[in-house]
Amino acid sequence: MILRTLILRTLSRKLLLGRITQRVAAKLGAIAAIVLLGGLLSATLVRTAPGFDSDERELDPSLSAESLRAIHQSRAGEHNILGFYINYLRGVIHGDLGTSHALGQPVQTLLRERWPVTARVDGIGLFLAWLLALSLAFTTCFWRRPAFEIFGITLSGAFLCIPAAVLALLSVILEAPGYLAIALIVFPKIYRYSCNLLAKSYASPHITAARARGLGEVRILAWHVLPVAGPQMIALAGITVSVALGASIPVEALCGLPGIGQLAWQAALSRDLPLLVNLTVLVTLVTLLANSGADVMIHMLSPREEFS
Amino acid sequence: MNVSRKLACVVVLAVCTTSLAANWLAPAGYAKQFREVPNAPPSHQHLLGTDDVGRDRFARVLYGTRISLLLAPAAALVSTALAALVGGLAGYLGGIWLRMARGFTDLFLSLPWLFLLITVRALMPLNVSPLVSVLITFLILGLLGWAASARVLSTSADALRNSDFVLQARASGLHGPRLFLIHVLPNLKPVLYAQFWISIPVFILAEANLGILGLGVAEPLPSWGSLLRELEGLISFREEPWRLAPLLLLIIVMTSFQLLLSNEEVTA
Repeated sequence: MILRTLILRTLSRKLLLGRITQRVAAKLGAIAAIVLLGGLLSATLVRTAPGFDSDERELDPSLSAESLRAIHQSRAGEHNILGFYINYLRGVIHGDLGTSHALGQPVQTLLRERWPVTARVDGIGLFLAWLLALSLAFTTCFWRRPAFEIFGITLSGAFLCIPAAVLALLSVILEAPGYLAIALIVFPKIYRYSCNLLAKSYASPHITAARARGLGEVRILAWHVLPVAGPQMIALAGITVSVALGASIPVEALCGLPGIGQLAWQAALSRDLPLLVNLTVLVTLVTLLANSGADVMIHMLSPREEFS
Repeated sequence: MNVSRKLACVVVLAVCTTSLAANWLAPAGYAKQFREVPNAPPSHQHLLGTDDVGRDRFARVLYGTRISLLLAPAAALVSTALAALVGGLAGYLGGIWLRMARGFTDLFLSLPWLFLLITVRALMPLNVSPLVSVLITFLILGLLGWAASARVLSTSADALRNSDFVLQARASGLHGPRLFLIHVLPNLKPVLYAQFWISIPVFILAEANLGILGLGVAEPLPSWGSLLRELEGLISFREEPWRLAPLLLLIIVMTSFQLLLSNEEVTA
C-alpha cells in the first residue's frame, strides 16, 4: 500500500514537473515570437517615420557634395524594412545593438548603465505600492468597517485622478524620492483590484459556511480566502511590472534619475530611432517575462488545475 | 442614478459649458501677451494671474479645458470604432480570426501604454504647427488605445456568436455582414458605450502626461498637459497656489468621470 502511494506520488510529481517544463517552454517560445514581431513592428514604424532618411549633418554647409553622398550611402542599407530589421537582428546576435544617434554611444553601454537605476527605483516603488495596497485592502475586507472602505476608495481614487507626470512633479517639489512617486502611481491599481478580489472571495458561500462552523477570521483568511484570490493577485503582480515601467518614464525624466525611462524620453525628444527600437524590444521582453513568470507561478501553485 | 452620479454629471456639464463659453468669458484669448505684467498674481483683470510671458492664465485654462474635453471623446470614438472593428469582427468570426486578433491585442498590451505613446509620438514630426500637433496627439491616442477595448469586445462578440438567437438567425438563412450588423453589433452597444466612456478619462490623463513631457500639444495652444507643465517651475505650494488651478480642475473632472462610471463598468 505504502509502495503504491510512493509510486503514485513520484509519478504525479514527474507529470507535474513535465507539464510545468512544457508550459515554460511554450511561454518562452511565445515570448520570442512576440518580441521578434514587436521588434519588426517598431522597425517598420521607425523606417516609415517622416524624416527617417534625413541626417542633421546634411544641413552643414561646409560639407562637400561627396561627403553628403557618403552620408546618404551610409543609410542606403536601411531603405528596405526587412533588410534593416535583419541587419539589426544580426547585430543583436553579435551583441551589437547599434549606436544612439543623439548620445553618440553604443546602445548596449547605455542600457547596461541605465538598467540598474530603473530596476532599483521600480523595485522599491512596486514593493511600497503592494505593501500599502494590500495593507489597506486587507484592513478593509478583514474588519469590514465602512470608514476603512471610504478611506481606501478616496485615497486610491485621488491618485487615479492625478496624471503620473504630475505625481512625479509633486515628488520633485516636495523633495520626495522617485520610488515614492512610482509607488503612488501603481498603488491605486493594486488596491482597487485586490480589494474587489478579496471582497468577492469573502462573499463566496464556503466562507459563510466556514464562519457558521465557528472558524476564526485569521484562519478563514489564510486557508479559504488567500488560496482563492492568490492566483489572480500573482497575475496582477505581473501586470504591475508593466505599469511601473510605464510610470518610470515621467518619474525618471522629471526627477532627473538616469534610468531607462529617462533614456526613452530623451530618445523620443531627439527622435533617436535606433535607441527607441531597442528600448521597445527590451521593455516588451521585460513585460512579457514578468507576465509569463506570473502565469507559470500560478500553475505551479495550483497543481489540481493541471491534472484536471 | 444616485446623488453622487447626478452631482458628477452636473460638474462635467458645467465645466464643458464654461469651456465652450471661453470666447465670451476670456475675450483676450489664450495667446495674447500682457508684457507689462508677466508672472502677475490673481487680480480683477487676470483671475488666475499671468504666466511667464504675460498670458492670462484663466483664459488658457478655459481654452485648454475645451481642447482636452472635446478631443478626448473624439479620440475615444476613434479607439472604440477600431475596437469594434477588430474585436467585434474577430469575436463574431471566431476560430483563427479570434486567435489572431487576441495575439495582436496581446502584442499591443504587452508594451506599457505611456511607453508606446511616447515611442509613436516621437516617430511623428515634433516641429509642426500647434493645430497639427493637437490632431497628431489625439489621433495617436485614438489609434493606440483600442487594444484593451478590443479584447473586451472580442469576448462579448464570441459569446454572442454562440448564443441561441444568433444560431436561430443563422438557421433562418441570415449570414455574413447582415447578421453581424443586424444582430451582433446592436447587442454589443452596451459594451461599446462602456468602453467609450472608460476611454475618455484615460485619454485625458494620457494627453496630460504627454504634455508635461513636452510631447503633446505645441505652444501657444493650451491643453491640460501644457498647462500642467507650468508646475515644473513651481518651488513651493505656498508661494503661488493659483498655479495649481489646472491641476485642481483636472482632479475635479477626473473624479466626476470616476463617479459617473459605475464600478462594474470600470472593471469590465
